[in-house]
Amino acid sequence: MSLLSIRNLQTEFRGPAGIARAVDGVSFDVNPGEIFGIVGESGCGKSATCRSILRLFAGATARIVGGEVILDGSGDLAAMREADLARVRGRDVAFIFQDPLTALNPTMRIGKQVAEIIRRHRQVSRSAARAAALELLRDVHIPSPERRLDAYPHELSGGLRQRVVIAMALALAPRLIIADEPTTALDVTVQDQILRLLKERRDRNGTSIIFITHDLGVVSQVCDRMAVMYAGRVVETGTVRDVLDRPSHPYTRALLDALPGQGGRDRDLVPIEGSPPGLIAPPPGCRFAPRCPFAGPACTQGMAPPLHPRPGATADHLDACILTEVPHAPA
Amino acid sequence: MIQVIFKRLLMLVPVLIGITLIGFLLLQVMPGDAAERAMGTRASAEELADMRRLWGLDLPIWQQYLLFLRDCLTGSFGVSIFHKKAVIALVGERLPFTLAIVALSTLIALVIALPFASLAAMRRDRPADHVIRQAFVVLIAMPPFWLSYVLILWLSLTLGWFPTGGVGQGLAENLHRLFLPSLVVGLSTAALIQQTLRAALIDTMKADYVDTARAKGLRRHEIFLRHILPNSLISTISIIGVRVSWIIGGTVVVEKIFSVPGLGSLLIDAIVSRDLPVIRGLTVFFAIMVVIVNLITDILYALADPRVRLE
Repeated sequence: MSLLSIRNLQTEFRGPAGIARAVDGVSFDVNPGEIFGIVGESGCGKSATCRSILRLFAGATARIVGGEVILDGSGDLAAMREADLARVRGRDVAFIFQDPLTALNPTMRIGKQVAEIIRRHRQVSRSAARAAALELLRDVHIPSPERRLDAYPHELSGGLRQRVVIAMALALAPRLIIADEPTTALDVTVQDQILRLLKERRDRNGTSIIFITHDLGVVSQVCDRMAVMYAGRVVETGTVRDVLDRPSHPYTRALLDALPGQGGRDRDLVPIEGSPPGLIAPPPGCRFAPRCPFAGPACTQGMAPPLHPRPGATADHLDACILTEVPHAPA
Repeated sequence: MIQVIFKRLLMLVPVLIGITLIGFLLLQVMPGDAAERAMGTRASAEELADMRRLWGLDLPIWQQYLLFLRDCLTGSFGVSIFHKKAVIALVGERLPFTLAIVALSTLIALVIALPFASLAAMRRDRPADHVIRQAFVVLIAMPPFWLSYVLILWLSLTLGWFPTGGVGQGLAENLHRLFLPSLVVGLSTAALIQQTLRAALIDTMKADYVDTARAKGLRRHEIFLRHILPNSLISTISIIGVRVSWIIGGTVVVEKIFSVPGLGSLLIDAIVSRDLPVIRGLTVFFAIMVVIVNLITDILYALADPRVRLE
């Protein structure tokens, strides 16, 4: 039984240029205790997908227009009333945002911001919440946490701030943590510490994590299973080993070929020509077809192809390419 | 903190020298003779000359300026030709009423602006927002003298809730009497604050930390009251500061209509009677007030936003 099951999710963003379907028929499952990676380039809908889970759309006028987000034991989050969803947020499903510099309220002390989430979901006194906040800061290895409780966010480094954000996410021991590029804004050494922190939490508490990133290296380092997204759709999904070692979709292969130092091979990098299609009026057929070196006439017709397994591949290794035989990239 | 305040007050010195110079020279250009105004048209040439000698009006300009500087330094700011009193004493009599209008009108403005700005921001670009915007535009467009008379007719004469003007004894009575003039001043302040605060609220609502607050599971009102509103109010502090500086000397029309002996009407009366020492003294006093209000604004700003340090 999966912890989170997303089925045919569709989310639209209304902008001045029109309505963009940033998430268009996305499905995947996250199992208990699993770290699930979502990769793709900017604007592919990976962030929009995850924000749709908790309906956190910031100031944007976004709306889930179809599909289900089934959280085990809580039901369909997409159909839930806002007030009911607010009880799930932070308690069952927590969210870690990309930029720790802006994710904390600049005029509120750290301790209060951490204690706030505890007091929202549990009936505890102010001092008990503060003590719990101190414990949480210690859990995420913040040095001299007593002193940080009364600090303001701007007095902390980016890495420490991201730890505070993570401390808030861990506060109520949620079953699922959604981390939206949590290390992108941090430098490499801090990145590594944050990744280890999240992994440590999973290993200790069996917390599931959805990890959004554009860094395939990070995915292979921390994730168990993954999905590759392109133009609002999942084009390939499976275990990290299957997808990265035996990619079957041309886009996944192109991504890997564009990556330096993959597998220690010494070779030329191959850029992906062109740019992703607009989502207001996406092209018919496979959305990657216009950039795909192997695309045939059938690729640009009809509906976007669904995910399907390939003969001989692992059962949960799916991709959305209609070609029966995808040749390796021309050298 | 104390050091910074002291430094800022020290910076007053060059500002004040400039103000005294400009204020003094501009008054030299002003037509009309102070002695004639004070003595009336039937005074003889001799009497006028005596008057000029008595008040130092016959001295060379640079000497008059130095005398004025001396008065500023000794704290009297000169002696009123019309009232025969130190300017600082006149200011002392009238400042409480002006400050009462400042405080009361700002309070009224906040009480009006806060809920309407919040409502407009939450219902952005929807009918409620448009209605509120139009209502406040009308409010800004209403001239204070007209608004004053409408309020007098309605709240004083028809309903009898407030006196039509004047001041009385004691704090309670004066607050009651100063309510209508404060309301007139406060309504346009409210319009100003509403617009600024609405924009600030809409801006803050898009902030990442508001999404963080939602991700924590906080309820709508908790997010608004704890995260959105406090951060948005910070940007209105400076608007209120500018407005308060203006109210201190700029409410002449309202003071006149409601017979409030405030600083604005003192200045106008002095100009009409060519009471040069009062005009000069008030110019300097207003300059000091503007600097002090700015300093208070900056201190409040630093207190409200931990990222801002007083410099």
